[in-house]
Amino acid sequence: MSADTLSEAIDRSEHRSALARITSHQTFWVFLAAVLACLALSLLTDTFASERNLFNVSRNFAFVGIIAIGMTAVIASGGIDLSVGSTVVLSAMVVAVLMSAGQPIWIGVPAALLAAILVGAFNGVLISYAGMPPFVVTLGALSVVRSLAMVLSDNKMIYEFGPDTRLLLSLGGGSTLGLPNPLIVLAILAAITAFLFKWTRWGQHLFAMGGNEQAAQLTGIPVRRLKVSVYIFSAFTAGITGVLEVGWLGGVTTNLGQGMELSVIAAAVIGGANLAGGTGTAFGAIVGALLIEVIRNSLILLGISTFWQGAFVGSFIIIAVAFDRFRSLRSSE
Amino acid sequence: MSTLQLDNISKHFGAIHALIDVSLTIKSGEVLGLMGDNGAGKSTLVKVIAGNFAPTSGQMSIDGGKVDFRRPIEAQRAGIEVVYQDLAICNNLSAASNVFLGREMMRQIGPFRILDYAGMRDRTAELFKRLKSETRPRDLVRRMSGGQRQAVAIARTLLSDARFVLMDEPTAAISVRQVAEVLNLIRQLRDHGIAVVLISHRMPDVFDVADRIAVLRRGRLVANKRIATTSPEEITGLITGAIELA
Repeated sequence: MSADTLSEAIDRSEHRSALARITSHQTFWVFLAAVLACLALSLLTDTFASERNLFNVSRNFAFVGIIAIGMTAVIASGGIDLSVGSTVVLSAMVVAVLMSAGQPIWIGVPAALLAAILVGAFNGVLISYAGMPPFVVTLGALSVVRSLAMVLSDNKMIYEFGPDTRLLLSLGGGSTLGLPNPLIVLAILAAITAFLFKWTRWGQHLFAMGGNEQAAQLTGIPVRRLKVSVYIFSAFTAGITGVLEVGWLGGVTTNLGQGMELSVIAAAVIGGANLAGGTGTAFGAIVGALLIEVIRNSLILLGISTFWQGAFVGSFIIIAVAFDRFRSLRSSE
Repeated sequence: MSTLQLDNISKHFGAIHALIDVSLTIKSGEVLGLMGDNGAGKSTLVKVIAGNFAPTSGQMSIDGGKVDFRRPIEAQRAGIEVVYQDLAICNNLSAASNVFLGREMMRQIGPFRILDYAGMRDRTAELFKRLKSETRPRDLVRRMSGGQRQAVAIARTLLSDARFVLMDEPTAAISVRQVAEVLNLIRQLRDHGIAVVLISHRMPDVFDVADRIAVLRRGRLVANKRIATTSPEEITGLITGAIELA
């Protein structure tokens, strides 16, 4: 880079207003797209803005959003976690099997979360201490963990949850102050994660590791332990979703969460997480999940064949990343 | 005044003798240019000093006290810092975050201990001022020039109160104007009483900034001269082997 472009670059960054800073983020444009889609749908259909539809949309996107937050942490650290969909069904099965056997909810839910955490620890240890590629380890876990859930339930549907059935159903299916519970969980989790990312060493080191793992190691950051913690975090978010989905669906089958890892990764990427590592925000994960759900919902409401869903969501992934790519090309010139 | 002394350091990798009986003294307030062809043992020597490799034989001492580094962190605690060629910095973080990476300043807010961004920015600004660099603490490293990146890496060493700074080819991949910037940074370090070892292939840079020049050839130290008593021609001869010893 020559001296001219250097001083130009300094000028540019000095004279950038708050508005310019906001509009330079991919998340802003995705958010705008989601808001515009919502507005258009409210005008075009009389069903979108109905309370019932909004309730459903917000609950549906909350499930993907919760895991997308965990996935954003993994992606920002430079990894990937393909096992989250299977972790959802394992966590759901553990809580369902225990409670249908008569255990109270305060045993069932912690046990489900513990099972999820163990999956994360398994992934994390193999990736950081055995130095195996995250893609391969979590692809293996995707298969192993779903199989465990099948063994656990004997591949049967479970829809009776013992003495605490009502509590479990209202946890995932109920609402508080008019808002669906999963949405509230999403909001709390996002706030905590945003805080962790910005204000703690854990967050700082996670982004440093995603930006340049070797540098992180040279500066004495405990890279291995940090990696394990990141995979535990993403598995934990999948565990929470598993427990909430049981309550919402009122029953568990072993195909729960199948293919969910792809929607989750899509949400994280649309929300600005870079698969090369080093970038991503909790808010972006939510916005990405929201946009996907709004697209899905709008196709149904507008009477377009659901076969088109994949085409729309897929195009948005590519558009969002292409947009970011062009922007970074322009700024690096 | 600090002195790092190497006495008869040898390092063998199986049958390969990477370093043979190297004795060298590095003093604070002095820039030592370390030169040699590829494979002459420069990197091995740096890694021995930085604690990456234990020497096969020989002794290192700081201010007369014997030291024996098993890991890089032990060398760092003794005041030895390395600025790597492929700069160990994270492009996606700000300059201040990079300077403080791994040793962040924290402050207490109620029950939480959170990162003290303002404190780190102020301290980083001070360090850049000491280095007379125009690098700004809030800027992302991704947007910086090669010279500014060097300033970030060097500010890290100032933060840790390093007494000995080893720089591995700091001017290898940057433009001419930025080379001048980096050489100024090296002079600033020297003027702050730090001993600098500059590993470089670039003769003009070494002659510009170094007080002494040491030449390694095939693992042996073949010269260790004050800059005034030698010339680029002589050093070239020593590196290639046209001149046996000086």
